[in-house]
Amino acid sequence: MIDKKTLLASLLGASVVLPLPALAQDSASDSDPVTLRMAYDADPVSLDIHEQLSGGILQLSHLTHDPLVRWTKDVKFEPRLAADWERIDDKTMRFTLRDGVKFHTGNDFTAKDVVWTINRLKRSADFKAIFDPIASATAIDEHTVEIKTHKPYPLVLNLATYIFPMDSEYYSGETEDGDPKDEIVKNGDSFASRHSSGTGPYEVVSRQQGVKVEFERFDDYWDKDSPGNVDRLVLTPIGENATRVSALLSGDVDFIAPVPPNDLDRVRADKNVELTTMSGTRIILMQLNQKRVEAFEDPRVRKAFNYAVNQQAIADRLMKGFATPAAQLSPKGYDGYNDSLEPRYDVEKAKELMKEAGYEDGFSVSMMAPNNRYVNDAKIAQAVATMLSRINVDVDLKTLPKAQYWGEFDDRAADIMMIGWHADTEDSANLFQYLTECPDPETGAGQYNAANYCNPELDEKVAQANVETDRDKRAKMLQAVEKALYDDAAFMPLHWQDLAWAAKKNVKLEPVVNVMNFPYLGDLVVEQ
Amino acid sequence: MIAFLIKRLMHAFVVMFVISVISFAIQSNLGDPIQQMVGQSVPESQRAELREELGLNDSFLVQYGRFATNALQGDFGYSYFFNEPTTEVIQRHLPATLELVIAATIIIVVFSVPIGVYCAIRPRSALSRFFMSVSIIGISIPVFLTAIMLIQLFAIGVDFSPFPVDTGWGQWLNGVLSTEGGMPSYGRGNDLTHLFGTWDSNFFSLDGLTYLVLPAVSLASIMLPLFIRLIRAEMLEVLQSEYVKFATAKGISLKRIYFVHALKNTMLPVITVGGVQLGTMVAYTILTETVFQWPGMGLMFLEAIQRSDIPLIVTYLMIVGLIFVVTNTLVDLIYGLVNPTVKLTGKPA
Repeated sequence: MIDKKTLLASLLGASVVLPLPALAQDSASDSDPVTLRMAYDADPVSLDIHEQLSGGILQLSHLTHDPLVRWTKDVKFEPRLAADWERIDDKTMRFTLRDGVKFHTGNDFTAKDVVWTINRLKRSADFKAIFDPIASATAIDEHTVEIKTHKPYPLVLNLATYIFPMDSEYYSGETEDGDPKDEIVKNGDSFASRHSSGTGPYEVVSRQQGVKVEFERFDDYWDKDSPGNVDRLVLTPIGENATRVSALLSGDVDFIAPVPPNDLDRVRADKNVELTTMSGTRIILMQLNQKRVEAFEDPRVRKAFNYAVNQQAIADRLMKGFATPAAQLSPKGYDGYNDSLEPRYDVEKAKELMKEAGYEDGFSVSMMAPNNRYVNDAKIAQAVATMLSRINVDVDLKTLPKAQYWGEFDDRAADIMMIGWHADTEDSANLFQYLTECPDPETGAGQYNAANYCNPELDEKVAQANVETDRDKRAKMLQAVEKALYDDAAFMPLHWQDLAWAAKKNVKLEPVVNVMNFPYLGDLVVEQ
Repeated sequence: MIAFLIKRLMHAFVVMFVISVISFAIQSNLGDPIQQMVGQSVPESQRAELREELGLNDSFLVQYGRFATNALQGDFGYSYFFNEPTTEVIQRHLPATLELVIAATIIIVVFSVPIGVYCAIRPRSALSRFFMSVSIIGISIPVFLTAIMLIQLFAIGVDFSPFPVDTGWGQWLNGVLSTEGGMPSYGRGNDLTHLFGTWDSNFFSLDGLTYLVLPAVSLASIMLPLFIRLIRAEMLEVLQSEYVKFATAKGISLKRIYFVHALKNTMLPVITVGGVQLGTMVAYTILTETVFQWPGMGLMFLEAIQRSDIPLIVTYLMIVGLIFVVTNTLVDLIYGLVNPTVKLTGKPA
């Protein structure tokens, strides 16, 4: 929660920087306060955690708020504000909430805050879609909430990782200007975008957008077992890769993310700094547009393209081992991950298939890729283009900054397009829904399916899986879909991008990293 | 004088009008701001709604008309990212940039004048040759690289040991070649002095100044050699002129000839070039500020482009246009002071 005076002052621009020395003195009276200075590539766009569904906002959510449950390193659930949960029937899930949790304002956390938060999520433009399956949330008593879904829905827990209860009392009512305090405003000012009250380990004490955000440990944080010992967090956005690394190496910051792959060796070599990596869940793939190129309607041609590309080489040489070669969409740990699928690479086989399909002499295609969205995106596209030339395919490659790229992507402006995808629900079905289902503007299915690949049979299977609440059964169904997509060579999978963080030696990152791209800093230990 | 200023005011107006039309015309190439505002999985229907709400579906003329009407009343629109009026965002970022430019200008003036004059007076001395060759290197290295090298040398530090470490002389030589680091590598630091409004200054504390040094040096690195060479060339020419020879013959001390008579005439073209270059420097701040994460207008602009924050881009461009006109006006005024034979209104003397 932000002090109102400070807020007004910074709004008026009268005092852009808060009197920080004073703050530092205050905390100096405690026994050795620990400050963590961290640099990310961007700072959160707003303090309203429902304003945008993005990495920056989710990272903020984990600092100022707590979810009902959260992901662990091996894609399992860990109880947070929900102490326990049980499935009542196909459509109902009951959560038992933790007792004795307080918001930053001092209000008690109860079931009605959870209900209020879910209802607000259902209003948020960004979260609405993933909360669509939820029909209602009801407070049974002070500490029990029941979530009902429209249809049997297996992913209620996955959604619960997005439910960061907000202080409903604090956000109720109207501001002095007469605007409701709980409104979600995308472009413009709102109460929630400047004020925050959650149950999280940190409170925002000052925020200068694009310059820095400062947090302080919340004194009444419920999780007394948390080993976290950081009293103060300073988040600085440093967009320039080289500068972010320099800031860490020169000791100006303690912790950076992301670490650019080109600097991995430099970071590894530094004796004061430790690099933490783990395999990520973002799949990078190329889509072959069947609507634009007739040849792509032939599965043999699509397979040939897959055989022509050496994923291992891209992961090893281009990504410097910072990627895991992929043969499917689901990363390891997801229910749909099918461990029988191996990346295809065999140029001779590729040539044979091209010959069989009648394209021995190849053809020309256009390709587009972003050049500042994914790690090494433009270089990967160049490598793929070169590899395709070995099967006589002439690629006309254009790379664009992400701001321009997505417009082109929406127009399906090239025959081959690159896309990276991370499933918001950490679930395979999400990957299929967005990337391989038959495009349908009405339902939003296949919104990012630039291949125009369409297999109604598979869509049906995914739909069935989505109402199957038996997790093992469901996993088998999803794995079968992965296999079918692989056999059909629906797209060209390249790799899953690894995640990397770097911090000073005394910052113990390893225990707090997880599949989400932001470590749980509330539990972070900094050794003195 | 008044007529001159009014004329310049009209210029500024025309410049800003033209810039606003151009930047509005290219906005469709700047990317889709909606894409930056929503998560990847947000359905198209939601996006369309937001697009309609922001008025992005209207025709160019309608959009421009709306913008121009508001702009004439001082309202340049809301930044998509900062959720604040663009003018306020720029006001907040302007002081940092101005301080950087001022610091770089001080460095340039303090070094270029003495070095330039020295190189002109003693064109064949070893030191002059050294300055000339270094300045060539300085001009050729891009600001970006200079900045990264400065960070590596003075913020991170370089441990360089080609000489044997077990001997005294080897250690000493290694020590000379290696650097300690320790200078701040990014940002403006915390020790800022509040002046007024949105202006917090780095100039009034030692800590603040240490943050300013590296960015200012790298920003100056491109202009400094240029000015050294310019001053040297002009000075050489002036020293050949008749009046300098007469002055020497008359027995006026060399010092007075060099620093009063010759230097004054040398500075005329330098001021003109300087005025133009000051504008260019604003452009170079984009690079410098990006590398040093200096929270000024340059960094803000680059990020605005990446985020397709069109209202902010348009306002920035218009304000930079205004800065160009203002600096050129100031240069013309100063020019009149240095050389009274120049009439501002362009009428013959």
